[in-house]
Amino acid sequence: MEHKTVDARGRSCPEPVVLTKQALDKLTEGRITVLVDAEVAKENVSRYARNLGFSVEIKDRGASEYEILITKE
Amino acid sequence: MNDRKGIILTGTVIGILAASLVKFGNPLNMGICVACFIRDIAGAIGLHRAGVVQYIRPEILGFILGSFIIASLTGEFRSNGGSSPIIRFVLGMFVMIGALVFLGCPLRMVLRLAGGDLNAMVGILGFIAGILIGTQFIKKGFTLGRSYIQNPVNGYILPAIALILLVFLVTKPGFIFFSEKGPGAAHAPIIVSLAAGLLVGILAQRSRICMAGGIRDLYLIKDPHLVLGFVSIFIFALLFNFIFGYFNPGFENQPIAHNDGLWNFLGMLLVGFGSVLLGGCPLRQTILAGEGNTDSAITFLGMLVGAGIAHNFSLAASPKGVPLNGKIAVIAGIVVIALIGLLNTYCSLKANRRGEVSHGA
Repeated sequence: MEHKTVDARGRSCPEPVVLTKQALDKLTEGRITVLVDAEVAKENVSRYARNLGFSVEIKDRGASEYEILITKE
Repeated sequence: MNDRKGIILTGTVIGILAASLVKFGNPLNMGICVACFIRDIAGAIGLHRAGVVQYIRPEILGFILGSFIIASLTGEFRSNGGSSPIIRFVLGMFVMIGALVFLGCPLRMVLRLAGGDLNAMVGILGFIAGILIGTQFIKKGFTLGRSYIQNPVNGYILPAIALILLVFLVTKPGFIFFSEKGPGAAHAPIIVSLAAGLLVGILAQRSRICMAGGIRDLYLIKDPHLVLGFVSIFIFALLFNFIFGYFNPGFENQPIAHNDGLWNFLGMLLVGFGSVLLGGCPLRQTILAGEGNTDSAITFLGMLVGAGIAHNFSLAASPKGVPLNGKIAVIAGIVVIALIGLLNTYCSLKANRRGEVSHGA
């Protein structure tokens, strides 16, 4: 299974979502991890993926960094 | 409060407050205007000498401080920056110039429409056009690069400036200018304006409301989330304008507006284009600056200086129309932002191909 990591830390709106979109567009199966370091990016990326019907799992890495696991089923 | 209810509530409160602030004394269709109010502050501290638009608007101080307070309480306050500050400064400057040619930021554009000013519809079309152009650059890889965590002191600077301005507003030292007539002299009592500003600052920080983001997300990722805020502001401002008797439909003789369609369109195109590359409208930049984003604080200062330039160089429009200098500045702004967009996208792609991480080079 593919597993790509997208580093969207420090990016301003809407770049985290655009980077996620580009990675998901290339994905045929498997999952991607998106790294973010802001609440708003975490909300936007997970809302975007959920709206598309992906399953989303968020891991808090501390210091307001999050790993968002997006799985294509 | 980051769900749909939060954004609708924020839009509702902004719409109602905007109409009510006019009732309390703010200029017509200008209960809240981020661009006009930053311009008034620029005048108050003498960055321009247009005597009719000089006042330290407590609403703006409230946006910054409300966002600062709520972000500090929720643990979201975090000082970060370093994402192309000088480019952001320039973009902020031109966004302000575009707004002062149209006569309003995206928020006032919606409020003008809610007051029956149909020139705002032309502005909205220009705003949408600017957003669609800016979004093409984002899709092609435009980035201002990543920001990094900074020493917290950085994030305290703009809220501290807001506090100092509040002290100047109350104590009225001789070096601060206050309009005796014109829009700058029309204002609600300080305590009312400040309370409204704080409330909007808190709600806008929690809901992430953004006028540019609404249209951008609807187009880019088909997500209507943010645009709901935009729509709620319109509906509730319209409703309360009806109740207060402020609704007056038409193109002619609208308050603090001109009916030069081409420049209403192009002015807001410049605002939309710049806002998308910045990642948010003037309101959003002000809120982000309050929660420790120093790139947005630099953008805020760019808007403040842009307002000074707009009046010193006779770029700003008035109800009489748009001066020639303003027309030249809008075209120059669109060209400069397009060049920044093209060069930045090109350099970012080149860096990506070499396998380097682009930091907004």
